[in-house]
Amino acid sequence: MIDPKVLERHGLKPDEYERIVAFMGREPNLTELGIFSVMWSEHCSYKSSRVHLKTLPTEGPQVLQGPGENAGAVDIGGGLAAVFKIESHNHPSFIEPYQGAATGVGGIIRDIFTMGARPIALLNSLRFGDLDAPGTRRLLEGVVAGIAGYGNSIGIPTVGGEIVFEPSYAGNPLVNVFCLGIAKASDIIKGVASGVGNAVYYVGAKTGRDGIHGATMASAEFDEKSAEKRPAVQVGDPFMEKLLLEACLEVMQTDALIGIQDMGAAGLTCSTTEMGSRGGAGVEIDVSLVPQRETGMTPYEIMLSESQERMLLVAKQGREAEVERIFEKWDLHAVRIGHVTDDGLLRVKERGVVVAEIPNRALTDEAPVYRRPMSEPEYLRDAQQLDLDRLGSTERLDQNASLLALLGSPTIASKKWIYRQYDHMVRTNTINMPGLGAGVVRIKGTDRALAMSVDGNGRYGYLDPYRGAMLAVAEAARNVACSGARPLAATNCLNFGNPERPGIMWQFARAVEGIGAACRALDVPITGGNVSLYNETDGKAIYPTPTIGVVGLLEHADRVVSRRFQESGDAIMLLGEGLGELGGSEYLKVMHDLVKGVPPELDLDAERRLQTLLVTLANERLMRSAHDCSDGGLAVTVAECAFETAGIGAEVSLEGVQVSRDAAVNIAAALFGESATRVVVSVVPEEVTAVLRHAAAANVPVRVIGQTGGNRLRIAVAGGIVVDQSVDEAERVWSTAIDRYFVQRVA
Amino acid sequence: MKFGIVVFPGSNCDEDALHAARDLFGQDAEYLWHKDADLKGADVLILPGGFAHGDYLRTGAMARFSPIMAPVRTFAERGGPVLGICNGFQILLEAGLLPGAMLRNKGLKYRCEHVHLRVEQTDTPFTAAATVGQVLTIPIGHGEGNYFAPPEMLKQIEANRQVILRYTDAAGRVDEAWNPNGSVNAIAALCNETRNVVGMMPHPERACEALLGGEDGRVVFDSILKTFRSAESLALQGSGAGFADSRSASLSGERSR
Repeated sequence: MIDPKVLERHGLKPDEYERIVAFMGREPNLTELGIFSVMWSEHCSYKSSRVHLKTLPTEGPQVLQGPGENAGAVDIGGGLAAVFKIESHNHPSFIEPYQGAATGVGGIIRDIFTMGARPIALLNSLRFGDLDAPGTRRLLEGVVAGIAGYGNSIGIPTVGGEIVFEPSYAGNPLVNVFCLGIAKASDIIKGVASGVGNAVYYVGAKTGRDGIHGATMASAEFDEKSAEKRPAVQVGDPFMEKLLLEACLEVMQTDALIGIQDMGAAGLTCSTTEMGSRGGAGVEIDVSLVPQRETGMTPYEIMLSESQERMLLVAKQGREAEVERIFEKWDLHAVRIGHVTDDGLLRVKERGVVVAEIPNRALTDEAPVYRRPMSEPEYLRDAQQLDLDRLGSTERLDQNASLLALLGSPTIASKKWIYRQYDHMVRTNTINMPGLGAGVVRIKGTDRALAMSVDGNGRYGYLDPYRGAMLAVAEAARNVACSGARPLAATNCLNFGNPERPGIMWQFARAVEGIGAACRALDVPITGGNVSLYNETDGKAIYPTPTIGVVGLLEHADRVVSRRFQESGDAIMLLGEGLGELGGSEYLKVMHDLVKGVPPELDLDAERRLQTLLVTLANERLMRSAHDCSDGGLAVTVAECAFETAGIGAEVSLEGVQVSRDAAVNIAAALFGESATRVVVSVVPEEVTAVLRHAAAANVPVRVIGQTGGNRLRIAVAGGIVVDQSVDEAERVWSTAIDRYFVQRVA
Repeated sequence: MKFGIVVFPGSNCDEDALHAARDLFGQDAEYLWHKDADLKGADVLILPGGFAHGDYLRTGAMARFSPIMAPVRTFAERGGPVLGICNGFQILLEAGLLPGAMLRNKGLKYRCEHVHLRVEQTDTPFTAAATVGQVLTIPIGHGEGNYFAPPEMLKQIEANRQVILRYTDAAGRVDEAWNPNGSVNAIAALCNETRNVVGMMPHPERACEALLGGEDGRVVFDSILKTFRSAESLALQGSGAGFADSRSASLSGERSR
């Protein structure tokens, strides 16, 4: 009996139910209602976000596959494609960190190999509460172990990522996982079902009761009862996925497939419906044929289960035996559970009896689309006010102490304790290791390499979602360009609060506008991604956090550039200009416990010129190191260039800035301000003229600010030395800041 | 020479081993599927890294029952060179081709990083091109590399000079701070009594190209090529025996230096 209580349990609104009845021309049964509830959930239908996402640039000559498939794809030359996407697994990771993160990795890997690509690299972008806060360490350890447990086992290197600690995420951590694969451009396979009578196969793990209503869970806020939702989190089996990966790639070589799709969110329901919908066909399956792990499962449970490591595929007629044989080789059993029809319906039978029958269209194209009300949130005006004339007494501190405090802030500190738990070298392609900038993997059999970076800054998003989103795109692309690679395209993971609140919806809309503007200006179209809404606990939303992944191409792998100084006596040059912007900075957060002001300005034209210049300089082998200037400003950037170099120090002289009547604040702003569009490079002295010439031609401001050498970090501002610190001591603080939280547990 | 790379379901460094042998050292190399009891005429076998059968039980515990392991054992018993890397080492331990066992790393975390290794012995087919005391920098990547052997067995292993590589600091000194997983006696690599079967936790195939950050792993491949060449020349000198049978002559020559 479908009553308001049943509807509420399914996350459906009364008016949505009326639409369902209108489409069906009758009351749906419970199985059908369950199917509608997952397909119309925010997670699957993008009903709140779709109108905004449509405004994003998604095209370009480099784009082979834009949004709408399992993953996006770009042309990387030589007949090859890079297939990539980012996805969130925030809600499951909060409820059960290890399995939540592990299955997030498993899900994004399936999206990539489903396209016919061999996955070769993973990145992740994580957000937690402060490390001191109760529960954070448990979450961090669980999430990192989950990512490691899955990625290491399946043998795909985790080559980079970012981790930020911020109280805003204490009750709602973010786990965004990015995967990239390589395919022959001509061999990309899509998630379509077509050809009446073609067999529909199920392959992989058996279906259990795990994860039922996972998609609905991901579309709701958390409260104190969330822990009770643990059964909705799935359990991952990387070994099964490894078998599926190898078997599917082998089957795809044969050309015996029409289409293939993984069963992710909303499991069998979503895969059958979407494949049918994309192919303009219908799909009929019998759930009694579905391999089951538990007894007595109802059609409702089978259709909604989110058990992991399952694939749905459609084989060409007459090629079935070939497909079955390959799966047998890998000890997998491809089971024929149905066939393609021409009626455009999802028809579900149980031992021959129809138990659900719904037009595909009603579940996909006709899903509700909301233009939700939005308004500028009230906090914003106050949060943007920052009076730098009255910051307080901290400025009297020795700037050495400020620098060490920033280097020891977990957001800035070395993440080695984390990434050494990830196998980042398997597949022997990794040429820029984690912690050195963008992750870079060479492409065997070619001279080329791919660089990739994921970035986002929730504080910036909170203070100005439009500019914060632009800055995220710019930073990800800049990190890629710093490695010497030309940015090609982007994928986005949009983490926000409850869209039914106008303030949150406004943040979302402004962020999407910002992403669109930056992607257009920097020519990195969005090829796919994912939206995660309802990131709230007890009514408190996370900072609006768009995470952007950018992929770039390096024509010559051996010209890759990292952040590290290479030799003493090299010139240190600053590309771009510092304006001493402290709004939203790590400095204000760490030294003053303030999240205030407006994020740094961003001139997209200047950003584009800078990135083009970086690619040229790398290609001409003119820079020995390059490091993007972001969290912690120039002083932190220069320090990081000196770390893990066997102690090559630096002597640097910066221009003063005027942002306050307080002279000490001005010094701090020059050192720690986070103005965008800046990169610190080191250059062999004889090449300085050439770099100046290229920069002038590219219309990028450039200045020699010092030279490498010695074993100290000495920084002058407006002529006076304000930082004088041994590299060893600074590096010790930076490299042990995260470890020390876990020291007692390491036997 | 021909490399046979054994592929178990869940192996994930098989392609890396093949790439090193074939593309970097220009040798013939072929995958050997675990269900086939056929070594396809390989002169040297590599059991690569990974998580054979998922390693949900004990690492390597299932893999030793694969059909390929019977001919691998015969090959090893006849003196054929066998190298187990990481998971391959764990499998050789489970199969009883090498003594001892693996425990979880101290600290219980997976660790992937470059480590320093001191070469202890050069009279094996996989270290013949190295020098005793040489310090190599090669990456590890494992969660269960904490080698253990009971005291009596350990005494035997040391007495027989079966320890091939030890974890050390950059200067080649054994120091617990530089032992990444807690292995007893800082053991990173081990051979059997007849010295033709070697297991090592570090991944030499990950350190064969400057582009990847180091080439110290090449010495392992150079060693097997050198050993093979000297075995071949011995064979040409009239023994008429293949590589496996000429091993003892070749290796005793090494040892007498």
